[in-house]
Amino acid sequence: MSTTEVLLQQLITGLSNGMIIALIALGYTMVYGIIELINFAHGDLFMLGGFLALTIVGMLGLDATTGNATTFVAVGGLVAISAIFCGSLNWTIDRLAYKPLRRAPKLAPLVSAIGVSFVLMNIGLFWGGLPMDVFSDGVAAAAPKDFPALASNKNLLGEASDIRFTVKELMVLVITVPLMIGLTMYVKYTRTGKAMRAVAQNPIAAQLMGIDVNRVIGTTFIIGGALGGAASVIYSLYNNTIHFQMGYRAGMDAFTAAVLGGIGSLPGAMLGGLLIGLVRAMSDQYIEARWTNAVVFTILILILIFRPSGLLGARLREKV
Amino acid sequence: MLQIDRIHAGYGPIEVLKDVSLEVHEGEIVTLIGSNGAGKTTTLMCVSGLNRVRSGRIVFDGHDLQDVSADRIVHRGLAQVPEGRKIFPRLSVRENLEMGAFIRNDRDGIEEDMGRAFALFPVLKQRQTQLGGTLSGGEQQMLAIARALMSRPKMLLMDEPSMGIAPLLVVKIFDAVRELNREGMTVLLVEQNACLALKLAHRGYVLETGEIVLSDAGSALLTHPRVREAYLGEV
Ligand SMILES: Nc1ncnc2c1ncn2[C@@H]1O[C@H](COP(=O)(O)OP(=O)(O)OP(=O)(O)O)[C@@H](O)[C@H]1O
Ligand SMILES: [Mg+2]
Repeated sequence: MSTTEVLLQQLITGLSNGMIIALIALGYTMVYGIIELINFAHGDLFMLGGFLALTIVGMLGLDATTGNATTFVAVGGLVAISAIFCGSLNWTIDRLAYKPLRRAPKLAPLVSAIGVSFVLMNIGLFWGGLPMDVFSDGVAAAAPKDFPALASNKNLLGEASDIRFTVKELMVLVITVPLMIGLTMYVKYTRTGKAMRAVAQNPIAAQLMGIDVNRVIGTTFIIGGALGGAASVIYSLYNNTIHFQMGYRAGMDAFTAAVLGGIGSLPGAMLGGLLIGLVRAMSDQYIEARWTNAVVFTILILILIFRPSGLLGARLREKV
Repeated sequence: MLQIDRIHAGYGPIEVLKDVSLEVHEGEIVTLIGSNGAGKTTTLMCVSGLNRVRSGRIVFDGHDLQDVSADRIVHRGLAQVPEGRKIFPRLSVRENLEMGAFIRNDRDGIEEDMGRAFALFPVLKQRQTQLGGTLSGGEQQMLAIARALMSRPKMLLMDEPSMGIAPLLVVKIFDAVRELNREGMTVLLVEQNACLALKLAHRGYVLETGEIVLSDAGSALLTHPRVREAYLGEV
């Protein structure tokens, strides 16, 4: 493999992972944008989406040998079901754990979010101990679980090519790109999308417009959660393994991406996700995998020193 | 149309409004004047449901607003142009106006009212696609008024629309209020610019440290010694 080919390969890998990170990052940034809460439970919500997907895969008996057409429909179904599940769960979490603290000091909901994160992680641990084939009959609940390779490793550039762009990578693109475009259009053009931006920019004024702020916040949690749910299925199919603590790692990357891009900014989260994915891939290749976290955070710190509000963060301040 | 009946309100242990009563009849412009910290904004925020009264009643259009949430109050036909304008800074001028019409679904009507807003304040038409936060203070005030009108309210609450605005523009804004009133809009106007406000209003109330100390016709208050001394800078 030539050096150019190595670079191209890392670009493909980095961008694919980056797209997934970006999808999770959107959930952090949307919630932060609207209630200034860093929803630490978001990564664990994402993890539960993966467990739900694996449970369904197990019940339907899907695996790598399942036919193309069935797999295609199944993946679409899994994305939809996980999105609905994580969206509703996120809404419920907001109602139970954050909404009662809306007027409390900022630290209170933050601690609440950390608490929810642990609760969700324990639910994942319990879930992995259920007596099902896909969970190895529940022995070693804490162990990583294999996720069947429904999307194959077949190289779409031909098996002769050194550079690999596989069905998996195509799947990542085909699912994440429309979701991101859809979200952007929704927030830009729909009545609820505009209300979300209005609430984020001035909740008092939004109420004076007759906007039910709590309802808009609830919708934001649903959409952010749903994107996390969709991401969980893509992640599971891309990596073929899930674990009850995977939300921590993925959540950390995604949160970092959101801050890098400018927390509160949707394009920022997308850009941040892609950059984090790319930096990780390049560092894995050209430095060493064990230094990657240090590299990512060094870059984050440097960028924040020069651009404290992130790459695309709002710089326009309100005139009083 | 609006009756504020012996309300008490405050923040934490601080009592800001002590037994405030006032009334605005349909078709009237009523002004509430008073110095800094008297409780004018607090009064309007109580009416809009963003601040809860501790005792007393607020009745709008025959309905007690006690248990009505802030967003539902707008549905009842009460709009506010808040102190400091509170424009959505990263929404375009047009989007700001669309948010003003959030409670409505009649596309054609909204479009028509948007045209009306642009006729009232032509500068907003030129600035349609510009972000709200990039407008000048005066332009933002016009946008705030236009935005409040987009809900087609029965009554308008205005909190110091003249604040920080060049005198010429203040006159323009007050003319707009007079024009709106002529077309039937009921207005409760909070002002520190007592002279202008009392000339414009049919009636006025004077609020001092949370209590109504005077109320009379606008013209009568203009010549009242206490008002002349305290608010019009005359001895
Ligand atoms: N959020 C708040 N928390 C605590 N105290 C407040 C709050 N808002 C207002 N106050 C206090 O309530 C009193 C009345 O304030 P309010 O804003 O109603 O006055 P105002 O008449 O509108 O004054 P101005 O003309 O300066 O706008 C002031 O003493 C103020 O310090
Ligand atoms: Mg005030």
